[in-house]
Amino acid sequence: MTTTGAETVIRPARARTAALSATVRSRQGFQHGGWFVAPFLALFTLFVIWPLLRGVYLSFTDANISGDGTSFVGLDNYREAVGDPLVWDALGHSGYFTLLVVPCITVLAFLLAMLAHHIERAKWLWRLCFFAPFLLPSTVAANLWQWLFNPGTGMVNHVFGVETPWLTDKSYAMLAVVICTLWWTVGFSFLLYLAALQGIPAHLYEAAKLDGANAWHRMVHITLPMLRNITGLVIALQILASLQVFDQAVVMMDFGTGPEESTRTFVQYTLEQGFTSYRVGYASAISIIFFVLIAAVALARMWLLRNREEGVR
Amino acid sequence: MTTAAQTAAEAATPVRATSRRAWSPSQIVLTLLGAAVSMVFLSPLLWAVFTSLKAETEAVEVPPHWLPEDWTGQAWSAMFETGNITNWFVNSLVVSVCVTAVVLLVAALAGYGFARTQFRGKGFLMGMVMAGLMVSPAVLGVPLFTTVQQMGMVDTYWGMILPQCAPAAMVYILYKFFQGIPRELEEAAFIDGAGRWRVFFTIVVPLSRPSLAAVGIFTFIASWNNFLWPYMVTNNPDLMTMPNGIATVMNSYGIQWAQLMAGGLMAGLPLIIVFVFFQRQIVAGVAHTGLAGQ
Repeated sequence: MTTTGAETVIRPARARTAALSATVRSRQGFQHGGWFVAPFLALFTLFVIWPLLRGVYLSFTDANISGDGTSFVGLDNYREAVGDPLVWDALGHSGYFTLLVVPCITVLAFLLAMLAHHIERAKWLWRLCFFAPFLLPSTVAANLWQWLFNPGTGMVNHVFGVETPWLTDKSYAMLAVVICTLWWTVGFSFLLYLAALQGIPAHLYEAAKLDGANAWHRMVHITLPMLRNITGLVIALQILASLQVFDQAVVMMDFGTGPEESTRTFVQYTLEQGFTSYRVGYASAISIIFFVLIAAVALARMWLLRNREEGVR
Repeated sequence: MTTAAQTAAEAATPVRATSRRAWSPSQIVLTLLGAAVSMVFLSPLLWAVFTSLKAETEAVEVPPHWLPEDWTGQAWSAMFETGNITNWFVNSLVVSVCVTAVVLLVAALAGYGFARTQFRGKGFLMGMVMAGLMVSPAVLGVPLFTTVQQMGMVDTYWGMILPQCAPAAMVYILYKFFQGIPRELEEAAFIDGAGRWRVFFTIVVPLSRPSLAAVGIFTFIASWNNFLWPYMVTNNPDLMTMPNGIATVMNSYGIQWAQLMAGGLMAGLPLIIVFVFFQRQIVAGVAHTGLAGQ
């Protein structure tokens, strides 16, 4: 009894000093964290920020690939870019590709995820089948589809009994690239949807069942609303990735620009200007324009998200 | 109550419970549909496998046929004898392993630094990282190349590896994760007199193993499959990575389809085989890194 009495007297004081030094120590522990960030910042500055600034600088010059004899040309590069029909064509091709890929991939990924989610047996098998193509390098997927679309020896025309000139006709070439991309990348969005489906609490469905909702109603009133966030994410990621399309298109077209230059993408055009025509200044200018475009899409999404959150509140 | 108990029991032994359940008509339909769709997804890969096992002349026969009439490993052995394929494989491995290791270390440190510690200019630097999410070699390839060129790193391992080691996205993902760890654990360790680095490596890192695995897996896949950057920075066939070498060298002098398919499979199969064994972790990793974009 006496000891407990003594303890109750002493304890608060001890606790107070302990608490004091604790806050001091942990505050010190969380101070001066610059060193944690330093290694990343070094790499980030060298390979992201510096090239970005350098790109802005170069875009006002007539630099060539060796960097000699550079002189300042003001806004000439930007003026030329706006008047360059190939810039608009390339932008159009990348935009057309994006317009085709984004809705298709979103719907397809959702349907595949619903299928894989609702089959009770061998879940790992469906996941493996739908996701496996994503694990291939882009160039392998492209070569494979180039082979499948090959006139004469290609399996696609053989299976469907048609003779579509997939890779050599202007109206099919980009479509062929789109089909390859769907097969190759749908697995990623599929996994996102699958994870989201598994995250929907089961009690919602049970409650709906008790209220007599059929499978269709449950999908429309529970599944789809619960997937709204993930759909926004899938669409945003797909738009950003699709605008940057390059690998599949060039490999499927043997590093060319496709029939009547119909698959020359924006990225490809900047690289052509920089590495084939050696016009680094001009290439930088159109890269900066492209960067602004990508940033605008990303910022638009952030703005939409914020507006929606405020709307919910 | 009984239903709750049943579902609990089913959850505890999911495998047995599902395999013993009878086939309902809707499950039969769904499973058949799943099988059909899976065949569509796998058929291009099967076609690649079968093509790689044909002789070059048989591969280009018109009309095409699925199975080889003469099964032969010719394309595979020719690929190993004539090409640089083993070289490329090693290069791919070196680059991907280095990139993954550096990214994990650097991004974990930076994510923790941003999430937990105070330093001058933190808000500004965080803003820069967010802006960096929008920069990729596809967007700013030409200026990035001239930068790397200035450093004299064109056609070197360094030139291939280092520019892939500053992914703002991974820092952002880990930053969000570290914010979710309760502070009390670290505070308790500080009180016990542990230093900052010790707290990071002995408490924070073990706690975040799943997230680090996710970032590592995702980085490895992205790096193994990266084509654009190695394509820009190397012209030397001895330094090329798998996707790069297959696409440029094997495509350059009259495509030999059987060999090309064999090469493609050799580039793609390692990840697919790894996926079969580590499916759960990889799915979690890809979904986790993707979902973190929300």
